[in-house]
Amino acid sequence: MNRDVSKASDGAALTLNSGILRRAALEEALLPPLVALAVVLVAGDLLILAYGEAPGAVWRLLAEGTWGNSYGVGQVLYKATTLTCTGLAVAFALRAGLFNIGAEGQLAAGGFGAALAGLALPAGTPSLVAIVICVAAAAVCGGAAGAVPGVLRARFGAHEVIVTIMMNFIVLALLNYLVAAKLHVPETLHTPGIRAGTVGRLGTSIAAFHGSAANWTFVIVGAMVVAVAWYLFRTRAGFDLRAVGLQPAAAENAGVNVPRVWRNALVMAGAIAGLGGVNFVLGYKGYYEDGFAGGAGFLGIAVALVGRNHPLGVVIAALFFATLSQGGLAINAMVPKQMVEVLQGIVILAVAASVPEVRRLVRRAAGARRVAVAARDAGGSAGAVP
Amino acid sequence: MTLLLFLAQTIRIAVPYLFAAAGGALAERAGIVSLSLEGYMLGGAFGAVLGAHFGESAWMGVVMGVTAGLVLSAMHAVGTLRFKADQIVTGVAINLFAVGITRFLLQLAFDSSSNSPRVVGFGTNAAGGALELASNPLIWLGLAAMPVLAFVIYRTTFGLRVRAVGEHPEAAASVGVPVGRVRYAAVLGSGALAALGGAYLALDQHQFTDSMTAGRGFIALAAVIFGRWDPVRAGLACLLFAGAETLQIRLQAAQLVPSQFVAMIPYALTIIAVAGVVGRSVPPSALGRTTE
Repeated sequence: MNRDVSKASDGAALTLNSGILRRAALEEALLPPLVALAVVLVAGDLLILAYGEAPGAVWRLLAEGTWGNSYGVGQVLYKATTLTCTGLAVAFALRAGLFNIGAEGQLAAGGFGAALAGLALPAGTPSLVAIVICVAAAAVCGGAAGAVPGVLRARFGAHEVIVTIMMNFIVLALLNYLVAAKLHVPETLHTPGIRAGTVGRLGTSIAAFHGSAANWTFVIVGAMVVAVAWYLFRTRAGFDLRAVGLQPAAAENAGVNVPRVWRNALVMAGAIAGLGGVNFVLGYKGYYEDGFAGGAGFLGIAVALVGRNHPLGVVIAALFFATLSQGGLAINAMVPKQMVEVLQGIVILAVAASVPEVRRLVRRAAGARRVAVAARDAGGSAGAVP
Repeated sequence: MTLLLFLAQTIRIAVPYLFAAAGGALAERAGIVSLSLEGYMLGGAFGAVLGAHFGESAWMGVVMGVTAGLVLSAMHAVGTLRFKADQIVTGVAINLFAVGITRFLLQLAFDSSSNSPRVVGFGTNAAGGALELASNPLIWLGLAAMPVLAFVIYRTTFGLRVRAVGEHPEAAASVGVPVGRVRYAAVLGSGALAALGGAYLALDQHQFTDSMTAGRGFIALAAVIFGRWDPVRAGLACLLFAGAETLQIRLQAAQLVPSQFVAMIPYALTIIAVAGVVGRSVPPSALGRTTE
């Protein structure tokens, strides 16, 4: 990058330059979470004071109720597992330059798929086989929900934002119909318990987690995160996907089939979100329940934003939002838990509004440093003081 | 008589859509994505109940509802126009924020997590009759919203500027149109209009209930897109969607079509419209793009 600046010197300045760029990239990656944290603290203080409580005591309660005991940690882990999937579903599509607002519907579809497979399998199926089948079913159903906007974008140029929004409502209405009219246990809106494919709770093997919803799905999701990172940054297809996201026209000139990348990206994004359904259906309840997604899909947009569309960043952001959401329950005795919903909205606004500004500042600082280095190099080789 | 009842019920359902879709059409024609109609409506509904409860008058409710919509849309405008935040992300954030803040304030003001106490509304209490409908000024405002918006957009200088900044902001700026100011006005206008829809809803039901807008803002957005960003067509789309809902309610006992499939109609039609199967919906060309 910016070879022209340092072409006079040997490789040394180039290395220096890329070091500066890497530092700028690091700053850019760290700033959104820091902004988010600062905003939560300031806005949270104001809300707590508005309710007539002492901020210090409320924050202490929030910390104790989340990371302070193993039940809280388990709950955070459980919520972060779902949010990682929906966040990555948004981030993955954004890497291809597409805005996936449909994670909510894709998550629900994935959960439904897992439950269907679990209901269809005979009770004696070996658990490993059953889990693989159920997880695959979740990915397929989530992917199918993502395929509609994917194909419509690739074939007809239909705007994916509009189609994914509309798909949320269609998918949720369809699932509501299927559960309410065909599959529910009387007097409830959930399916019967699945016969095979349940993922073990953490609490059964580690006594400290007893009672929390945490389950081994986080291992499956962790493996998926690694696979997605590998796909994005280590494979040809991932390179093409990022190229399309950065410059579709240039990618097209370089011979990339852009519509196909769009289609595949949305199908895969849907599958990633769909995996999140495993966490609730196979890991927590053992059945599909209408409305279980409960906004996790929309929160995925926030997770992707704060996580800077990077798989690792998404995991960290998911833990952050999961902590907030579990923390809301912990402080409910002092301040209404709705406080954290307000904070979530404010965090997204603040990060979205500050990131372009911050990026400009970081770029300017990096540019100044680069000029300084170039000037020093030029001065060194010409023997003059700049 | 059945037809009259059908019409009355359709209009009653359509009015919130008409207000919100008018707001959506205004903002989107100026190039601002309107994902936050839902949030404005919810804010408007809560503001209306707050005003009607403490001001003990329905008009106070309308004023407070519109104020809430203005505050929320000002957040959207400052975020996207001043700080160049992504419009879609900001829209989603406004919706989440609106759900959270109305719940929080519901707790704070009325000490309830589900609903407010009963408040005054407009008109007589003739239990859903056509007479009650006619005595509610918001109904008439709602029906007038789209024709008035069409006049503003196609026949006034402001409307010309709105269309110019939505299609080609650079060209508009080069002939001296204050792009930023026009967009601010359009976003604030959309917040006020959508909030009126929410205020109507809350005053009609005489209370605020948690998340009472229930996706109506997105149906309004669907109507805007299905109506190809044209106020009159968007208005007709609102009436069409409301008519389908009314039909579903009327036919519920007959169980001809499951209600969930009727609920899908607006969304499915919108997808078909953007996919261009029958006459392509093409958005304003600068939609979602914030220029310097």
